[in-house]
Amino acid sequence: MNHENPLILGIESSCDETGVGLVRGTELLANTVSSSMEEHIRFGGVIPEIASRAHLDAFVPTLQQALADASVSLQDVDAIAVTTGPGLAGALMVGVSAAKALALATGKPLYAINHLVAHVGVGLLDESIAAMHDAGALPSNLGALLVSGGHTEILRVRSIASDVELLGATIDDAAGEAFDKVARLLGLAYPGGPAIDKLARSGNAKAIRFPRGLTVPKYMGTAEQPGPHRYDFSFSGLKTAVARCVEGYEARGEEVPVADVAASFQEAVMDVITAKAVLACRENGITTVLLGGGVAANSRLRELAQLRCAAAGITLLVPKFSLCTDNGAMVAALGAQLVMSGVAPSDLAFAPDSSLPVSSISL
Amino acid sequence: MRILTLDTSAVASAAVLDFEPSDPVRTLQVVGNFATADTRSHAEVLAPGVKSLFGDPVTEGPALDAIVVGTGPGPFTGLRSGIAMARTLSFTWGVPLFGLMSLDALAQQVFDSPRHNDAGRAVGPLATSAFVVATDARRKEVYWARYSAGAELLEGPHVGPASEISGGQVFGAGAGLYADVLEAGGCRVEPAFAQAQPTALHLGKAVVHRISTAGSLQDAGFLDSSPLYLRESDAKVPGPRKRAL
Ligand SMILES: [Zn+2]
Repeated sequence: MNHENPLILGIESSCDETGVGLVRGTELLANTVSSSMEEHIRFGGVIPEIASRAHLDAFVPTLQQALADASVSLQDVDAIAVTTGPGLAGALMVGVSAAKALALATGKPLYAINHLVAHVGVGLLDESIAAMHDAGALPSNLGALLVSGGHTEILRVRSIASDVELLGATIDDAAGEAFDKVARLLGLAYPGGPAIDKLARSGNAKAIRFPRGLTVPKYMGTAEQPGPHRYDFSFSGLKTAVARCVEGYEARGEEVPVADVAASFQEAVMDVITAKAVLACRENGITTVLLGGGVAANSRLRELAQLRCAAAGITLLVPKFSLCTDNGAMVAALGAQLVMSGVAPSDLAFAPDSSLPVSSISL
Repeated sequence: MRILTLDTSAVASAAVLDFEPSDPVRTLQVVGNFATADTRSHAEVLAPGVKSLFGDPVTEGPALDAIVVGTGPGPFTGLRSGIAMARTLSFTWGVPLFGLMSLDALAQQVFDSPRHNDAGRAVGPLATSAFVVATDARRKEVYWARYSAGAELLEGPHVGPASEISGGQVFGAGAGLYADVLEAGGCRVEPAFAQAQPTALHLGKAVVHRISTAGSLQDAGFLDSSPLYLRESDAKVPGPRKRAL
């Protein structure tokens, strides 16, 4: 196998995107994604069984398209990488079964990798980020802020291939999930993120003061004596507060000021996310933070993160949107890092793990 | 002719069978066969199991004449692991893929089983007339289908409570689970098959039986590899939110 500049095929199926990507070293060759998002709209959220059914039918066509986009054949591939967790169990199972079939049919080594760490690895593929640093390497003292419909985490990345640590995470809903639920409360379309972002532009973010979860001293503690949830998030209380607020207007027979509610809700989410991320960076010597996940598209998150990172002397990296959302290229990018670091491939008998901890970079 | 069969509608299983297309039943040789006992470890064991059927899958896989996968019905997650595997092997090796209802494997196994007398002598077929095969559909229901004594599908597949099955012999793990319900409804549950599950080996024998009857693989009336879910996803479209008035 080529360990210098390996050609890696990456497979992603942890939620509602079936992704196949091809990467040579840190060069992006193909990033093909088939989404079942449309099928979830009428339910107002991702339905795991529907996502799993869609993965099964999308996998081979997505694979074929990715190989065509990259103008490579399966024989050219040095290794295969697949998301083994965290994610939806039934959805992961489809990608893992297909990846194992590819590995056994081609005789290529297989790497079972961590979805969250792959969101960081994708930074290596982004041209604008690569231009800022030594090509082919991630900056040192790196952190990551991942915000999506399935996860909300702050990570410390000492080495992408061998040492990633979870600093904080949501203890209930993911941020994107809260957006979907609040969008439904306000009668907006799914997915809630873009709908709320758009409406919030015409609203007053200071109109209603919604709670910031896990920010009181008993959870925060101090830098010297951290509380139990210093860098953690909670959005379920916020969601309830928005529901009470909307019901209050309705009970009083007043029209709900939906733009103000949307803007105030969005502000509450992004305020607490960026404040805690910057706090975690400052207290852990992190000088560069990479943003990942579908919610990276949110205009207020980008704005506030940029502002607060700059004020704290932290460099913010935002990959282009097609690399922020779930995709196979990010899986391939991490796979390439593992191959180049000499990490051993996975045994064919591994099982997907829907709650794989971020410290397990590969199995 | 050499085929790979896979079935994950209940247990995880795979087999490689070799036969002369001109006389499939009599020339049949089982080259390799693997099946788990449990129904919940497909993701882990299926790939190593398939690999173990070959000396070198990279060179022997493309030489196969066909892959046939059991399309269920069966619990969805396990079922999909086998179909995802089969479709990907078919694509990678360039080998044609066909589907066959998984309950056909059990029916074939019944058809292939003789009835023994007390002295242990075979005294005729186990199924004397039309019969039903049933597997566990969870949620207190079974997947079932009715076959002729010659193992031809008469009705089904269905999913529902075992009490919906009326009369005759019932074979398979679904019958074993609900033997009391079935017997109260006038059915007979065959003890030797009370734990039997569809497997790739018997699916392969059903393939051979069909090719033998039809004269060729092309004419054997196989399905495509679409899973037979029989149930919709449980998801409910949310109703309008109640307003606080
Ligand atoms: Zn993700």
